[in-house]
Amino acid sequence: MTELNIVALVSVGAHPLSGRPRRAEQDARAVELGLHLAGERLQVLHAGDPQQEALRAYLGMGLNQLKILEQPAHSDALPVLADYLADSSAQLVLTGSQAETGEGSGMLPFLLAEQLGWPLVVGLAAVEQVSDGVAQVLQALPRGQRRRLQVRLPFVASVDNAAPTARQSAFGPARRGLLTAEEVELVADPLFASAQLQPAKPRPKRLKVIKAKTGAERMKAATAKASGGGGQVLKDVSPEAGAEAIFKLLLEEGVLR
Amino acid sequence: MLTTILPILLFAALALAVIGAGKRFLMWRRGRPAQVDWLGGLLAMPRRYMVDLHHVVARDKYIANTHVATAGGFVLAAVLAILVHGFGLHSRLLGFALLAATALMFVGALFVAKRRLDPPSRLSKGPWMRLPKSLLMFAASFFIATLPVAGIVSADFGGWVLALLLSVGVAWGVSELFFGMTWGGPMKHAFAGALHLAWHRRAERFAGGRSTGLKALDLDNRNAPLGVEKPTDFTWNQLLGFDACVQCGKCEAACPAYAAGQPLNPKKLIQDMVVGLAGGTDAKFAGSPYPGKPIGEHSGGPHLPIVNLNGKALVDAETLWSCTTCRACVEECPMMIEHVDAIVDMRRHLTLEKGATPNKGAEVLDNLIATDNPGGFAPGGRLNWAADLNLALMSDKQSVEVLFWVGDGAFDMRNQRTLRAFVKVLKAAQVDFAVLGLEERDSGDVARRLGDEATFQLLAKRNIATLGQYQFRTIVTCDPHSFHVLKNEYGELGGHYQVLHHSTYMEQLISGQKLTLGTHKGGSVTYHDPCYLGRYNGEYEAPRAVLKAIGIEVREMERSAFRSRCCGGGGGAPITDIPGKQRIPDMRMADIKETAAEVVAVGCPQCTAMLEGVVGQRPEVKDIAELVADVLLESAAPLKQGNPAPVAAMEVH
Repeated sequence: MTELNIVALVSVGAHPLSGRPRRAEQDARAVELGLHLAGERLQVLHAGDPQQEALRAYLGMGLNQLKILEQPAHSDALPVLADYLADSSAQLVLTGSQAETGEGSGMLPFLLAEQLGWPLVVGLAAVEQVSDGVAQVLQALPRGQRRRLQVRLPFVASVDNAAPTARQSAFGPARRGLLTAEEVELVADPLFASAQLQPAKPRPKRLKVIKAKTGAERMKAATAKASGGGGQVLKDVSPEAGAEAIFKLLLEEGVLR
Repeated sequence: MLTTILPILLFAALALAVIGAGKRFLMWRRGRPAQVDWLGGLLAMPRRYMVDLHHVVARDKYIANTHVATAGGFVLAAVLAILVHGFGLHSRLLGFALLAATALMFVGALFVAKRRLDPPSRLSKGPWMRLPKSLLMFAASFFIATLPVAGIVSADFGGWVLALLLSVGVAWGVSELFFGMTWGGPMKHAFAGALHLAWHRRAERFAGGRSTGLKALDLDNRNAPLGVEKPTDFTWNQLLGFDACVQCGKCEAACPAYAAGQPLNPKKLIQDMVVGLAGGTDAKFAGSPYPGKPIGEHSGGPHLPIVNLNGKALVDAETLWSCTTCRACVEECPMMIEHVDAIVDMRRHLTLEKGATPNKGAEVLDNLIATDNPGGFAPGGRLNWAADLNLALMSDKQSVEVLFWVGDGAFDMRNQRTLRAFVKVLKAAQVDFAVLGLEERDSGDVARRLGDEATFQLLAKRNIATLGQYQFRTIVTCDPHSFHVLKNEYGELGGHYQVLHHSTYMEQLISGQKLTLGTHKGGSVTYHDPCYLGRYNGEYEAPRAVLKAIGIEVREMERSAFRSRCCGGGGGAPITDIPGKQRIPDMRMADIKETAAEVVAVGCPQCTAMLEGVVGQRPEVKDIAELVADVLLESAAPLKQGNPAPVAAMEVH
């Protein structure tokens, strides 16, 4: 497993209450997972400003260096990351699910996987083993459930709060570690040219009506799988029939038009 | 025959002692450099020994008198023996003087032997059990050998049998007392102790001084180690200090963590440092182990890491994290060893280099960096507790008499009652005061004691910059931890202030007749001394004076004032939360209950939180400010002192 080439993508986070720059919570978990799998061989990559001191918090986790694809704020990080990763020997790319600053759309892992043509695992909780170019991983599902997946390398995986907590960042390694900048072609983000950022408003929440009358019912409600009702289970069908059924559903749901 | 053997024995022992001293000195010098006043320290040493050290030893009259007799007798006897038996100055006068000295030493040694008949558990056994016998042997042998010199018996008294016996006795005595002193025997404490007093890291402690602030790490120097990883990372005079330990166990008896069954014993820790200094295992340690950790499983060397996070080295990390930094060990140590400095030095390495602050440590440190308070509360809420009090802000007033340093207790609902009570007192005394409001940050106390010197200095420098913008005469705070840090630890970073604890300030207000007070009616009261106010800053009187002024006669606990037992809340101990057999605050509450007081007066938000956390039936915990605010008399028309108007005490909640 130590032979695996792992790249963790990190961003600059912001503390939810004070707004101060820090290591992003989920990205730090991605680094933690990477350190656990690859140790010193883990590569950590950031697209942005190499002068950003908050990045040192990642170095403090025990990294010797952090590579930065230098670009100004409001540039599109996706193409430079995709170019870099396509040319690298990376077999597993770890990211957080959603950045704490900037656009924070949570789309990066998806778009990156699409551009690279690699599979994407969302909510990676653990990598159990890697053999013959296939990784066996645990994917986190709601309510503490886990799904075991077999994924062919290389692939992209995003982690959320189900991944192990990031280790403490220590001052000594943070100060010693190197932030090495690499010049890349700048790609302006067209979205930032036309749109503008504004503070997010919390979405209204549906009131939770507790219908359960007994403790047992409450327990059941809390632990039951989220069930959508309806749907159908397809078994022993040909790939064409299966694809057709999925295509039909996507049309019905308005995902495809 | 004796006249030929004795000089040989004496000078051989002395030569060996000199060689041993050189070896030991080079061992200490493996440590990092430290600036000492070489000659001045040596010149000041006798006074430090006879005044400062004796002042601590004299708390136990028995051993103080014993030590004066034994050590005084020995020093005198050693000098005279070298003159009389070494250089052969057989004058009757010197002979009688030597007889007197050895007799004095013999009597002292008898009392040492008596204490060793049934030694308390804090004392080390092993070679220390041999010491009284060696002392008696030295004194007796030289006494008898000197009788002919004094002309009491003839020169050939006893014949060769006695001469042989005396030779053996003298050989034993000088082995223990001369070269045993520098080769690591129990008498090492005298040799290393004397030099430790001379070149102490905190020379300010002597002659009635006080030096309790932790020393800053030089973070600008990239080559300086961040804390202590291996014994040689200590400064050399710290290593010398460890070697001075006499293993009396006074620290062990005073340590709250040891009593709570947490894996810390200050005496063992210092001895482990000695093991690290010389190299070897702790198997020869003859005292009480760290609770729950058998002796003989740990080993180390001067250049080996002290802590191994994945196994065993010299000391386990949890031993270092058990300390509450209450300074009870330092206060009790007759050799003036600085246990807390050493522990924080080693914690610094664990936090700054290894990122291994246990339990909630990392979270608290992250919170301090991101929100300037350990709880991670939104910084904008720092003044919410005073939303209705119309407090003046420093940014508006620029110049005031008193800057009220609120502290992180501002975020704690229990402590907010204390803060509001104190504001009420300040207003009643018509003090010109203001708060920093949102400009205030955590003082850095917890970060520093968790070993995060970087975060401490970050917070301290920002606070110093903020305070530098304003004019004020004194800073007053209800938090002894902020008090200590602002007063004693900001100086090294360029912040020099006059800082007062609120009890001291209220005492000044009362003696200045600025407050009209009734008398306390809430039942009997005992007072719990906060470590950071008492032992760290020597303030034992003001809180008691304030309580006296409101008609309270304090029911003192057995362990009060400089012997006060910690509440368990200092040094980040509640954050690192190392398990033991019982909780420190429970033990302290038992002390409090012994006095049968109905109220325990406190002067620290940590103590309040820890003592209020004790379950079950227990006395009420009230801050001194609350007790004073309770008996404030409305002074619309100023009342004359000593003529309390019949106004009911105001309730403060």
